[in-house]
Amino acid sequence: MSHYETVIGLEVHVELATKTKIFCGCSTEFGAPPNTHTCPICLGHPGVLPVLNREAVNYAMKAAMALNCHIAEKSKFDRKNYFYPDLPKAYQISQFDQPIGQKGWIEIEVDGTSKRIGITRVHLEEDAGKLNHIADGEGSLVDFNRVGVPLIEIVSEPDLRSPQEAKAYLEKLKTILQFTGVSDVKMEEGSLRCDANISLRPVGEERFGTKTELKNLNSFRNVERALTYEQQRQQELLEDGQPIVQQTLRWLEDQNRTKMMRSKEEAHDYRYFPDPDLVVLEIDEAWKEQIRSSLPELPDARKRRYREELGLSDYDANILISSKAISDFFDQTVTHAVDPKVAANWITSDLLGYLNQEGKGLEETKVTPELLANMLQLMEKGIISSKLAKKVFREIVTTGKDPKQIVEEKGWIQITDENQLRDEVKKVLEANPKSIADFQNGKDRALGFLVGQVMKATRGKANPQLVNQLIREEIARL
Amino acid sequence: MSLLQKQLKEIHNLIKKRDISARDLVQESIARIEEVDQKVQAFLTLDVEGAKKKAEKLDEWLKESGSTKLLTALPMGIKDNICTEGVRTTCASKQLANYQPIYDGTVVKKLNQAQAIMMGKLNMDEFAMGSSTENSSFHLTYNPWDLKRVPGGSSGGSAAAVAAGEVYFALGSDTGGSIRQPAAYCGVVGLKPTYGRVSRYGLVAYASSLDQIGPITKNVEDAAYVLQAIAGYDPQDSTSAQVEVPDYVRGLTGDIRGLKIAVPKEMMGEGIEEGVRAQVQAALKQLEKLGAMVEEVSLPHVEYAIATYYLLSPAEASSNLARFDGVRYGVREQGQNLLEMYEETRSKGFGPEVKRRIMLGTYALSSGYYDAYYLKAQKVRTLIRQDFEQIFADYDVIVGPTTPTVAFEIGSQVDDLLTLYANDVCTIPVNLAGLPAISVPCGRSEGLPVGLQVIGKAFDEETILRVAHAYEESTESIGTPDLGGVSQ
Repeated sequence: MSHYETVIGLEVHVELATKTKIFCGCSTEFGAPPNTHTCPICLGHPGVLPVLNREAVNYAMKAAMALNCHIAEKSKFDRKNYFYPDLPKAYQISQFDQPIGQKGWIEIEVDGTSKRIGITRVHLEEDAGKLNHIADGEGSLVDFNRVGVPLIEIVSEPDLRSPQEAKAYLEKLKTILQFTGVSDVKMEEGSLRCDANISLRPVGEERFGTKTELKNLNSFRNVERALTYEQQRQQELLEDGQPIVQQTLRWLEDQNRTKMMRSKEEAHDYRYFPDPDLVVLEIDEAWKEQIRSSLPELPDARKRRYREELGLSDYDANILISSKAISDFFDQTVTHAVDPKVAANWITSDLLGYLNQEGKGLEETKVTPELLANMLQLMEKGIISSKLAKKVFREIVTTGKDPKQIVEEKGWIQITDENQLRDEVKKVLEANPKSIADFQNGKDRALGFLVGQVMKATRGKANPQLVNQLIREEIARL
Repeated sequence: MSLLQKQLKEIHNLIKKRDISARDLVQESIARIEEVDQKVQAFLTLDVEGAKKKAEKLDEWLKESGSTKLLTALPMGIKDNICTEGVRTTCASKQLANYQPIYDGTVVKKLNQAQAIMMGKLNMDEFAMGSSTENSSFHLTYNPWDLKRVPGGSSGGSAAAVAAGEVYFALGSDTGGSIRQPAAYCGVVGLKPTYGRVSRYGLVAYASSLDQIGPITKNVEDAAYVLQAIAGYDPQDSTSAQVEVPDYVRGLTGDIRGLKIAVPKEMMGEGIEEGVRAQVQAALKQLEKLGAMVEEVSLPHVEYAIATYYLLSPAEASSNLARFDGVRYGVREQGQNLLEMYEETRSKGFGPEVKRRIMLGTYALSSGYYDAYYLKAQKVRTLIRQDFEQIFADYDVIVGPTTPTVAFEIGSQVDDLLTLYANDVCTIPVNLAGLPAISVPCGRSEGLPVGLQVIGKAFDEETILRVAHAYEESTESIGTPDLGGVSQ
C-alpha cells in the first residue's frame, strides 16, 4: 500500500455540434478537403471582426446545466495570446474570468461506490487549425478548416484520486454530453480531447504536491495508462527523496512513457485581456429557462427511472445508460407493451453482443425498437420459443423484416399441437430406454436430455414446456 | 473652376441632368493627381484604371435612366488601412506591401453602393500609429499649405489629398485624433463619429476599442453627406450600435441660438500655442454672436488621457498586430525554423514606432503588470468618460482647439516623442470616451490652418455638425493652398 495519495484534475475540450463556426458562417463539418471551410474571418485576415454564434452559447449553456453548473448572468470573451501557425490571429478567443458556467459537479461510480466530482468551470472558446508535418521534415502544411469550430473547455476540480476514477469521470462526462446532444464526443475525430494534471501527496496531507500536466492523451484508455505511468514515476521519485519538477509532459503511446514538452519556466504568458471586438454576453432568466426546458432526461435520471419504475437491475440500467442511442432504443421498445426486463435483457445481451461482435453501430443495423417489440410479443404469445427467437433476431438485425413474416417464411412457428408432439415424444422414449430408467431412479438430468432429443427432432420448433409435460405424462403411463 | 471645386449639390445637379459624366469627374481627379501628387504624395496606390472602368460602367447605367445618388461619381480616396477587394491595402507597412484583400470593408461596400468612385489608397502612419505620416514605411506626405511641413497623421494622406483637391472626399480612421488632427493641419473638415456609429468591419485594427472610421471633406455639409452614406448598424461588427441614423444634412440649419457650449480650461491652457488660442477664442466669440452661450468648464481627469491612451492602445495593438506573422499573407522572411521566420518577418516588416507600441502593449498586458497598467488605465478611462458625462448633463457641445499647434516641420519632432504624443492632448480624451467630434478650419496662424474641435454627446453627430456648419457659414473661408497648376 502506497503512502501517497494521488490527486488528479482533468481539462476536457469538447467540440460543439453547431452547423457553423463560433465567429463566422463557415461549416464545421469534419473531413472536408483542407482549407475549404474557411473565410476571411476565420483565416484572420486584416480588418475582420468576430460575430458570436448564439447557437454555440446555447450549446455551452446546455452542457454547463447538464453538469450542474451555475450559469453566469454576465459572461465575456478574452483573448489568449500566443504565436503558432495553426492560430491565424495569433490569439485564441476564449473566456478567462467570466466563463459561461461555474461550480458544477457530476457523479461517478468506481467499484460500486459513487462519488461526486466537482466541475470548476465550463467556458466557450474557438478551436485552432491543424498542422500536417511533411514526412521529410521539409515543412508543414496547415489546414484551417477546424479554426473557429466552437469548443467548450470543462475543467474539473482536483477531486479524482486514481487513474480509474479519471477514466470513470471521462466516461460519465462523455455520456452526459452525448445525452444533451451538444457534441458527438468522438475522441478519434478530435471532438473530445483531454489533458490531465496529476500530483501526489502523503496520505493525510492537505496541501497539494507539485503537479505535472499530461498532454496527447488520445483515448480514454491512454488517459488511464498515462496517469498510471505518471503516478508510478512520481511515487518512485518521492520515495527516493527526489523532488517533482513542475512541467508539461507528452504521452508517447507506442513507448508507454511520457516525455517532457516544456518546463514551468517555459510556460506561456498568454496575456489574457477582454476582447474589444465582442460585447459582454448578458444571459437573462428567460434565456436560461429556454435552455433548461430543452434539456433531455440525463443519464442519472434515466437510471433512476429504470431502477425504480421499471424494476431493472443495476447492471442492466448501467449498460443501457452508457449510450444515448441504446437507452433511447430501449425506451422506444418498451412503449410497445413488452416486459421491460425482458426487453432490457435482449438489448444488453443480444443486441449489444451482436454490435460488439460485428464491430458495428446501432445505426448500421436494420433492427428498430418496433421490430424487437414485435418479436418479444411473438415470444410472449408462445408463437416462437426463446431459442427460435435468437434466430429470428439475427434475421431482423440483418434484413429488417417483420418477425412475423420471418417466422412464417422460415416455418419457425412453434409446434404446440399436442397430438403431433406426443408422437415425437413416443418415438424418443422408445429410442432411449436407459434415460427413462434414469429418470425413474430420480435423475432429473435425464429429463433434460429427453426434452433435448425432442427439440432436436423438431428442429427446435417444439414448445419446450409442452414437451416437458408430455414426457412426464408418457413416462408415468409406462 | 475645376468641377471638383464645386458644391456637392451643384455637381449632383449636373450629373442628374447628364450635363457632366462620371468620366468627366474621374478625369478631373486624375488630372489633378498628375498635377500635384508629385509634390504632396498623398497616395500609396492609385487605381486609375479601376476608377475609369467604374466611371464608364456608371455612365452606361446612368444613360439607361439609372437614378443618381448624392455621392454619384464623386472621386474619393480611402485610407490604406481600410480593406478594398483586389486593391492593395498596406497600412503603410512593409509587412503588407503585397497584400490584396479578398473582401471590401463595410464602408467601402456602402460607398460603392452610393456610387462614389475610388481613385486609390492614401498614405498614413504605419498601422495608424503616429501623427505626422512620417511613420509610413513607403514615403512622406507633404502638407499642401507648406510642403516643408507634415500633413498630420495618421490619416495624413487623406487630409492632404482633400486639401490639395485630388479627390472630392476621403475616408480616414481616428484612434486618438487621426482624422481630426490632419484635418486641422491641412485646413479641411474631419469628423470622428461616435464609437459604434460606423462599422469597423474591414478597418485593419490598431486599437479596437478606440478606432473609428470617418470622413475628411472640404466642408461640413460634405461631411454630413459622407457620414450619412457610411453610418449605421452592421451585423458584421458586434460593436456597431443599433441606434437610428438621423438625416444629417437636414440638421444643418445654421441656427445655434440658445446652444450651451462648454470650453474645458484643460484644452485652452499653457500647452496651446498663442496663435492657435487666439483663433479659437475668436471662433468662440463668433459662436456667441450666433446666439450660443459659452462657459469655461473643467475635465479634471483629462490630464491622464495621454498616459491612459499609451497603455490601452498599445495593449490592444500588441494583440491586433500579432496576426502579421508571415504565415498566411503579407511578406514572409526566411528563417532556419519557425521562430526565426517569425522574428525575421516581424523585425523587418514593422517600423520602429510600431515595434515600440507592440513592446509597450505586450509589457502592459504581461502577467504581474496587468493590474498596475492595463486595468488601472481602464479605470482611468471610466473616470474620463464620467468627466464628459457630467459636462454633457449641462451643455450641448464642448469646443476647443483640435491641436495645440499648427502643422510642424517635417523631421522636427522625430526625436521628441513626448512632445509628439502631447500633440494629441485635445483629441485623445474624445476617443477614450467614445464620443463624436469634428474639426473645422478656424482661421490661420503663421499662414497655416488652425482647427476648431466640436465634441458632442454620444450619437449626437447632428449637433456637432450643426455647430461646425453654423460657424463655417458665418465666417470667411481660409481658402485653399496654392500648389500651382492650371486646375485650381
